[in-house]
Order: sequence, then C-alpha cells, then structure tokens
Amino acid sequence: MGKPKLALYWAASCGGCEIAVLDIEEKILEVDASFDIVFWPCAMDFKVKDVEAKADGEIDICLFNGGIRTSENEHMAKLLRQKSKVMVAFGSCAHEGCIPGLANLYTREGIFERIYFDTQTTNNPEKVIPRPSTKVPEGELEIPVFNERLKPLDGVVKVDYYVPGCPPQPRQVWAVLEHLIQGKPPPPVGSVLGAENKTCCDECPRTREEKKIRKFYRLHEITVDENKCLMDEGIICCGPATRSGCGALCVSAGIPCRGCYGPPPDSPDQGAKMLAALSSVIDSQDPDEIQAIINTIEDPVGTFYRFSLAHSMIERNRK
Amino acid sequence: MSGFEPKILAFLCNWCSYSGADLAGVSRLKMPPNVRPIRVMCSGRVDPAFVLKAFASGADGVLIGGCHPGDCHYAEGNYKALRRALFLQRMLELQGVDPRRLRIEWISASEADRYAGVVADMTEIVRALGPLNLDRWEKVRIRKR
Ligand code: SF4
Ligand code: SF4
Ligand code: SF4
Ligand code: FES
Repeated sequence: MGKPKLALYWAASCGGCEIAVLDIEEKILEVDASFDIVFWPCAMDFKVKDVEAKADGEIDICLFNGGIRTSENEHMAKLLRQKSKVMVAFGSCAHEGCIPGLANLYTREGIFERIYFDTQTTNNPEKVIPRPSTKVPEGELEIPVFNERLKPLDGVVKVDYYVPGCPPQPRQVWAVLEHLIQGKPPPPVGSVLGAENKTCCDECPRTREEKKIRKFYRLHEITVDENKCLMDEGIICCGPATRSGCGALCVSAGIPCRGCYGPPPDSPDQGAKMLAALSSVIDSQDPDEIQAIINTIEDPVGTFYRFSLAHSMIERNRK
Repeated sequence: MSGFEPKILAFLCNWCSYSGADLAGVSRLKMPPNVRPIRVMCSGRVDPAFVLKAFASGADGVLIGGCHPGDCHYAEGNYKALRRALFLQRMLELQGVDPRRLRIEWISASEADRYAGVVADMTEIVRALGPLNLDRWEKVRIRKR
C-alpha cells in the first residue's frame, strides 16, 4: 500500500491559507514524506485533468480553502469531493465564507457596478464588465460565471471536517496534519479540527470586570489599557462569540478579536452570539437610549459576522 | 397576497405573557389562529439565535412577550430581551428582513385583551408584508457607498 494521497486546492481564496500550510516550516517535509501529494495547483504543477483521471474516492484527503464564488469554484469543489474520501474545509473562507462572504450584503449587479465602474481607481469608459461568454473573430471565449452569492464549501458539497481561522494558525495546521500522519482514528464527521472548544475570552490574558457599556468606541477613538478587557473599555471585541484555538493572538496584541475562528461550539450563529453578549452589557433600560447606544455601532452586520456572514442562519437559508 | 396566512411564532414568558395568553383562551377571546406560542421561563431566556432560527425555519413573524418593566420574575430578564430585540431588528433590517417581523410586547397575566389585540395587530402587519422569503430582499439592498 502506498502513501495516502493528499490534495490541496484553493477556490475563492486570498492565498493566505496556502501560506498557512507552508507556515508549518520544516514540518512540510514530513508532510511530503508521509503523503503522496496528488494535486496542489498553488505549489506544484498539476492539472485538472490529473484529478479527473482519478477514480472516485481515490484521493484520501482534500484540504480545500477558499469560498465558492464562481461556477469554476463550484465545479472544482464537486470534482474534488467526488474523488476524495475526506473533504476538509480549510480556513475561514471554506468554513464559513470569511471576508469574501460579506459581499453577500450586495447583489451581483451592485458588486459589478462598484468594482468595474465606480471605484476611485477605475477608469472604464467603455463599461466593460466580465461576461461568461464573449464572441471574438476567432470564436467564443468563456470565463466562469460569477454566482449571485458566495457560499462556504458546505453550501455546495458535503464537508467532513472544518479547520477554522483566517488563516488557521500554523500550530493548529500542524496539529491537524500530525493527526492524519499518525493515522489516529478520525474524529466524528462534522467536527471542527485545529481549534479548542471554548471562546476566545477563555484564552485571553486581559482582566475582565463587570461590564457596563453606554457607548461603543472604535479602536482609534480611545487609548486602551494594556491589561484590561477591551470590551470593558467599550471596544467591540468578538471574543465572547468566537471559538478558542488561535491562542488569543489579536487581543494579546491589543487589537480586538474580529472573530476569525468562527462561532464557539454552543452557538450556531456568531452574530446572534455577539448580539447576545452585547445585550448583556449595555447599561440602559430605556428603549430610546438603548437604540442610541446600538446606533453607535457603525456596521453591526459586518462587525459581528465579519467572517461568518455566508454561514449565518439567515444567509444559509437563502438559495 | 390573497389566501396567505402568516405563521407567527411567539415566545411567551411563563409568569406573565403566557398566562395572559392562557386567560385570553379561557375567556374565549376571538383571535386569528396564526400565532403558535412557546412557553419560556422568561423573555430573557430567548436567545437571539432562537429568533433567527425561527425565521430560517419558516416563521413569517416572531413575537416575544414578557412582563412589564419592573415586573420580571427574574428582575431584569425583560430588559435584556428588549436590548436583544432592538439589536435584532437592526441586524435583520441590514440583512434584508423587514424589522416589523419581530415584535416585543409587555403583557401581564391579567391582560388577556392586550394579548388578543397584539396577536390581531401583528397578524395583520405580517400578512401585509407577505410570506418571508429569504431569497427576496425586502429592502433595496445598499448597493454603493
Ligand atoms: S481564510 Fe483568510 S487566509 Fe484563508 S483564504 Fe480566506 S481570507 Fe485568505
Ligand atoms: S472580550 Fe475580548 S478583550 Fe475582553 S476578555 Fe474577551 S477576548 Fe479578551
Ligand atoms: S483573536 Fe480572534 S480574530 Fe484574532 S486570530 Fe484569534 S480568533 Fe482570529
Ligand atoms: S419572567 Fe416575564 S419577562 Fe422575565
């Protein structure tokens, strides 16, 4: 029996998740020694036809990063699913849509208008926009269709495991790979790997006190105490609504948690969790005053669902 | 929308609103049959995720009923519920769901009439809004900045 076959792929991805795999440093050699890498377009020269030529389920593990934004992303997700025994949504984009998923607040038309006509740096007098097919003298040119909405990987195929993080932290990437390399029994299907089961607050070194908030601030508006909980100071920190596992990276550096590890295990929806946390600390019982305090939050949807909008309960139930 | 009967899910607190609803029933008050109540110990028990799940599972409206301010059996649960509801309304609106689909009301155990009135009023409002179709945004989506 040969080495287990490993595929890595990126769909609508920034490339950071690919770097995250390389961030395990010299251990990458161990990955190479333990697996037969059969597809990894970012790092090695393979073609789609190499995957097509495989039997169904011939690839043992596929680490798939990036969301599903185009018809091509979707096609590759389905192809790799068919050819792989285990499909892993690797990184926040594949797990829950991540930043690209925020585009789901806009229509496809609106996105195109903004990008191809309106940005300050766009000069497009002929109003050229991408079209799935274009006639040229030589024939017809085709490019992938830009879907109406971005979907996380499990919006188009069955996913066996999720590795959260934007990007997943190297030590967690290694923990997942090591588990596979050692051939330990697989965790239950649907598990989140490479993370812990509490919240970011549980890992956070800052001291929490009784919170009473009457106004929310953005980071540049106040000077924060080095050791105090950022939320106590009125800064929106998604720590209470975020799964632990990154090692409280941002909060340790004085930056609020933006929520990239996704919702904690007890919560199906990060925005709902965050909203519940904030509702407990807003110090008012008067409807108008509460409304005014809430209104000091610039972009609640983009803030609470920064990484998980495409996986929010409302979005998940859109076609 | 002729023939559309909205489905409204109501989370009613055990100590006030549920008793109010019960009294409305016992008193044989006339009410549209569109509301399906769920008894919770306190309006403060209603996790925002319950509300989102209700919408995601096919409810056209969600009603949260709690004790009047100052009367919550657990002292402050209803204030928490109020903050959550106001927050949820803003979030729903930004996600393209009409905020009138979520309503919070204070209804005491003796206010059967009030309960029946809220049910009738909310049913009409949600009926006019039509079925919640998450694929069809109810507000023009913000296109540009
Ligand atoms: S999860 Fe983050 S690092 Fe990974 S592809 Fe998406 S945006 Fe890039
Ligand atoms: S809210 Fe943020 S700063 Fe406060 S304890 Fe949680 S993670 Fe740390
Ligand atoms: S602190 Fe929050 S945003 Fe920063 S890496 Fe950790 S989970 Fe991600
Ligand atoms: S017990 Fe009625 S709202 Fe808390």
